[in-house]
Amino acid sequence: MAIAIHVNRLFKSFGPLQVLKEISTDINRGEVVAMIGPSGSGKSTFLRCLNLLEVPTSGTIEVDGVEITNPKTDVMSLRQNVGMVFQHFNLFPHMTVLENIMYAPVRVKGVEKSQAQAKGMELLQKVGLSEKASIYPSRLSGGQKQRVAIARALAMEPDIMLFDEPTSALDPEMVKEVLDVMKDLALSGMTMVIVTHEMGFAREVANRILFLDQGRVVEDAPPDVFFSTPKSDRATQFLQKVL
Amino acid sequence: MIVMPTITLAALDLDFGRIFPSLPFILQGLIVTLQFTALSAVLGFIWGTVLSLFKISSIKPLYWFGTVYTSVFRGTPLLVTLSLIYFATPQLTGQDISGFQAGVITFALNSGAYVSEVIRAGILAVDKGQREAAVSLGVRYQPMMIDIILPQAIKNILPALVNESIALLKDSTLVSVIGAQDLLRRAQIVAAEKYVYFEPLLMVAIVYYVVVMVLTILATVLERRLQRSS
Repeated sequence: MAIAIHVNRLFKSFGPLQVLKEISTDINRGEVVAMIGPSGSGKSTFLRCLNLLEVPTSGTIEVDGVEITNPKTDVMSLRQNVGMVFQHFNLFPHMTVLENIMYAPVRVKGVEKSQAQAKGMELLQKVGLSEKASIYPSRLSGGQKQRVAIARALAMEPDIMLFDEPTSALDPEMVKEVLDVMKDLALSGMTMVIVTHEMGFAREVANRILFLDQGRVVEDAPPDVFFSTPKSDRATQFLQKVL
Repeated sequence: MIVMPTITLAALDLDFGRIFPSLPFILQGLIVTLQFTALSAVLGFIWGTVLSLFKISSIKPLYWFGTVYTSVFRGTPLLVTLSLIYFATPQLTGQDISGFQAGVITFALNSGAYVSEVIRAGILAVDKGQREAAVSLGVRYQPMMIDIILPQAIKNILPALVNESIALLKDSTLVSVIGAQDLLRRAQIVAAEKYVYFEPLLMVAIVYYVVVMVLTILATVLERRLQRSS
């Protein structure tokens, strides 16, 4: 299986605080990886390193065979292939839903406006929000905002999608609509790395669980193995509290 | 044409009728004042935007230039800068500039310093998630600033920007000192010709007040409309 992301001996510190301590892992193409762990374990920081929103202190990351941690790499063109969805959506408030989705393809990739619009409508239909195309984000619910944010990231036709706690800021009743969209995406074969607290979702959709604690990958296992027979005490404790 | 009745307040010896024939002459000054303010405000805004980007830049020389520049212009009286540019630059370049030109240059440079602080604060107040979202879509610095960060920053600071233009409009009276034919200057000319001071000066004060009020109302309407779009 082809490797999508190769991480080798990754360290990250914020000042004196060491957040990631020697993380090495490979993520294969088409794999859906759920990263779970207690807060402060470094999950989000690790995810944000994968598209260089955080610059690693040391270590290397290769995405599609390109070493992104090399200062000579054009990070911006890399990011076009790696979509990201944030906890707080981060939609552009001064653009309509459709404009949010069309903006990057038109401005970054130079796609024709009419073509980007067609593609945007197609994506909106996919996330079930066609009728909201000309509305401003402030008039959407949290779940709708997040679905638009997913459509916006998909509009760049990325190979890899990163999700940073995509449902943590949502009302409970809106979580499902977002997870359903993500599930469809996983079934379509997208490579996904998801930081989440949704254990049910992780178990059902992911084909691999990374359990992080104190900046290290403590467990790396298929979900059925991880959830039934965790190897480490820390994971056992964690699962006892959240399940 | 407005017909102004002759009002004579005997006790105060005020007679607006005396300046009535000079009214068109004085009011032409309003056009000069407005042109002057608009030009300075637009140039000052553009320059202020550039300066604000310097000040949040990670490139040290740009940062220092922006910071020192702002400090110098905020730390010197406007009349001194104005005099420097009007009286002293011809000495350097050998070329005379008109009072109007000197005024626009001075005010744009000066207002740029003030506006840059406002814009800088506006940029920093935009949620950092906006920048992260743009960056993660592969949007580069320039389009990100122009299309995503600045529109949101400017919307937030619109009231402050209008206040800056109002201050500019009022400060524009300083150009009367270097002979530009603005409202105040024309009132002074009429006053000197006719030996009446109160009437023309009171009149220009009223004109300034009305213009400032109109600007304030426009700003409120604009702000409300922008608020609706979000």
